[in-house]
Amino acid sequence: MLSLLIFFPLLAALVTAFSGEHAKKVAFAAAIVEFAYSLCLFFRFDPVGGIQFTENFAWITNLGISYHIGMDGIALLLIMLTTFLVPLIILSSFNHKYKSPSLFYSLILTMQFALVGVFSAYDGFLFYIFWELALIPIYLICLMYGGKDRLRITLKFFIYTLTGSLLMLVALIYLWLQTPGTHSFDLQALYALNLSSVEQSWIFWGLFLAFAIKMPVFPFHTWQPDTYVDAPAPGTMLLSGIMLKMGVFGVMRWLLPIVPQGVAEWGNLAMILSVIGVVYASMIAWVQKDFKRLIAYSSIAHVGLISAGVFSLTFQGLHGSVIQMISHGINVVGLFFIADMIEQRTGTRDMDHLGGLRTTAPGFATYFMIIMLASVALPLTNGFVGEFLLINGIYQYSQILAAFAGLTIILGAVYMLNAYMKISLGEAKSVAKHFAALTLTEKAVLVPIVIMIFLIGIYPKPLLEIAGPAVEALKLSIQTATSLK
Amino acid sequence: MNTLLVLAGIGVFGLFSEIFRFKKALLPVVFLGLAAALVTTVCDWNTNVSYFNNMMKVDNFSLAFSAVMICITMLWFIISPGFFTDETSKSDHFTLILFALTGGVLMSSFNNMVMLFLGIEILSISMYILAGSNKKSLASNEAAFKYFLMGSFATGFLLFGIALIYGATGSFDIDVIATRLSEGNLNSSVMLFAGILLTMIAMAFKVSAAPFHFWAPDVYQGAPTVITAFMSTVVKTAAVAAFFRLFIHTFTSMTEVWHTALMIISAATILVGNITAVYQTNVKRMLAYSSIAHAGYMLMAIVSMNSAAPSALLFYVIAYSVSSIASFTILLMVSNSTGNDSIESFYGLGKKNPFLAIMTLISMLSLAGIPPTAGFFAKYYIFIAAMENHMMPLVLIAVLGSLIGVYYYFRVIIAMFRDGNEKEIDFSGRYKLVMIIAGILALALGVAPGIVTGLL
Repeated sequence: MLSLLIFFPLLAALVTAFSGEHAKKVAFAAAIVEFAYSLCLFFRFDPVGGIQFTENFAWITNLGISYHIGMDGIALLLIMLTTFLVPLIILSSFNHKYKSPSLFYSLILTMQFALVGVFSAYDGFLFYIFWELALIPIYLICLMYGGKDRLRITLKFFIYTLTGSLLMLVALIYLWLQTPGTHSFDLQALYALNLSSVEQSWIFWGLFLAFAIKMPVFPFHTWQPDTYVDAPAPGTMLLSGIMLKMGVFGVMRWLLPIVPQGVAEWGNLAMILSVIGVVYASMIAWVQKDFKRLIAYSSIAHVGLISAGVFSLTFQGLHGSVIQMISHGINVVGLFFIADMIEQRTGTRDMDHLGGLRTTAPGFATYFMIIMLASVALPLTNGFVGEFLLINGIYQYSQILAAFAGLTIILGAVYMLNAYMKISLGEAKSVAKHFAALTLTEKAVLVPIVIMIFLIGIYPKPLLEIAGPAVEALKLSIQTATSLK
Repeated sequence: MNTLLVLAGIGVFGLFSEIFRFKKALLPVVFLGLAAALVTTVCDWNTNVSYFNNMMKVDNFSLAFSAVMICITMLWFIISPGFFTDETSKSDHFTLILFALTGGVLMSSFNNMVMLFLGIEILSISMYILAGSNKKSLASNEAAFKYFLMGSFATGFLLFGIALIYGATGSFDIDVIATRLSEGNLNSSVMLFAGILLTMIAMAFKVSAAPFHFWAPDVYQGAPTVITAFMSTVVKTAAVAAFFRLFIHTFTSMTEVWHTALMIISAATILVGNITAVYQTNVKRMLAYSSIAHAGYMLMAIVSMNSAAPSALLFYVIAYSVSSIASFTILLMVSNSTGNDSIESFYGLGKKNPFLAIMTLISMLSLAGIPPTAGFFAKYYIFIAAMENHMMPLVLIAVLGSLIGVYYYFRVIIAMFRDGNEKEIDFSGRYKLVMIIAGILALALGVAPGIVTGLL
């Protein structure tokens, strides 16, 4: 029952909203139950069985809108990522005191509801509803619990993403009108459309802008660094760890197979923008003083590489992007948690004022180093698997672009190691002198992340096997769509 | 038909209550009367009968819009008792509201130009008086005077238009006019063109569409808040229903005369309403401009001219009225406690009154058109209707307008989470009731829009 997986967080959010001071425990328990349930689905999933756990019934009959959900390998992995990260995000916020915690945790769970919905929707309208639903809780989290410039920044964030969403809505309605008979929003009906190449170009841009803003791809990224920095730590983790993947996922399921000719025409530009994003964001990350802002830019760089892999339309590129979405989700949540702990303990995020954590807090510095190396994509960590496949895929598409995209290996190492050096090595600065030891809850967040880093890094086979057939099917549907049109 | 009798009946009853001194019983009786009117409306569903020599025709379209207006008026009566404190004019005000509603019902069910004119006048004259009902306030007097002057001007246009159309077709009956127009043998086409354009201008004035909207912000701001709530919901519903009925039913075969013009009016209304709303610091005035913008979206349904248009318009009107009445209720309470309508009055609301904050959030999201609220689906439905008629540029302008809309609706939401203004807001159960009903409707219609979309 996939519906249960979608609606359980919503129910939990309602319960949490009325649980007063116990909110965080209730929310955590609910998130764990959700994770356990998703594990059940994970083990029942058959990698070569195509789309599974399908449910399909009419919702708004006279407009051809149905409640059609299901999941393939790609969706399964992203749903697992969501259910794995949400309990960690909730746990990571335990050492913060948020005012009206019942509302805060209720919003996080509502967000989870929408995210799982986005990944399982097979009906365009349903997808759009979940897509927009995900925006409201995160907006409120940032608005009510963010930093001091939150009012301006969150409005910019909201209007930016809503612009994309509305363009997507117009594109979806246009597609809906082209479907034969009484019209339908079903994904298969949209795949079967026969659009002219001019129409495809317009639809491509309508949909691509929505996804590009969400990811974000250069030059639609300007909302992102401010929002990431200003949002409360759990909000940043939700945004970067999971919400960003909505954009990539959207490209895979709702863009490539629907307008293959549009992609053929404009995919090259999308690719170039993505690669520019990789280099540009890495360079900016390099000169950041604020550690949280550095991670925000590194996130743009990573997602640029993922998006370039997707638009390469090669098996390796697509495969790698699925794996990298999972790895990036795990690593970036880890990094933001590290940044949050540093800020809480020392009161600053400025790397020039930090230093010497290696000597004052060796345990912490070790966790930091592992997560940092995973983010740099050292072999045997999870970051390597995806990045290797991605660069391989981009290389097949264009050697020149691959050369630029490959810079991420060097630049990523440069800014990350630089940050690690400034924060952990050298002489302990005054703020870092009394760095409290890790608490149990903090370890409970870091240990699963580190386990996943090594598990995926050393033995990525199960992941690859789940994603493989789904990517194969995606490639096939792009090919059939291209040959039809 | 019975609806009309019942409404006019309780209106007259209201007048008698002044003479026979049973003003206390007025509110319950009016409520029962409205409920009875609603029941008769629902009973007439699917009957499709015309009355008085085809002067008015009760079809599903008119019934649906009448029912919406009656329901909104019932909600309105729950929040309005504060307005009826003045003993000397209490029964007059009751009666005027009921007469305005009667006019609204006529406007949604007319089948003859004369009936349209009567309906508009019954509604408008009541509203002229009500806009000025706060006699001690200069702004209220100004609002009434301005509304009256501009309104009579528009009425003049309407009469000219009707006369010219009569001259061209030889009839007031809209069925006959429609047949004559489609047959094409007319006495004078110049007269007809002028007539159609003049009626269009008059109707555009009544729905406050740009560039005939200049009266609206001043009147909305000057009138007492409850009256503004009534104007922006019931009156607007009646006006768009009449607009739709007149142009879609009567002038369909003459689209080349009015279609492009109305499309431009619609786009201009959306842009002007939304853009000007951004610059308002007074929430009441902001809502006035937002109501202008919403009129633009409603006009989109008229220019779509297809089978989806009536339901799209109905849905839009319901979604808009529900969220609008909720926002005016909130504004009423906030301004009662702080003494003004400015955006600063909303500061700190999120902290001191979470219930009110959630309700504000729902109604603002709905007005802005964000899922899962009714407002989103309303816009969505209108966009679909417009795109089916290949009006892509208009849809893109509407999308742009929605984006601008987000900016100022969210300013209210953001204001709630700013610090300051610790004063408690006391609100009675009746406000809570209206807000809960409106909030539930706004969410229910967003999640299960199928209840309304299949009606027309």
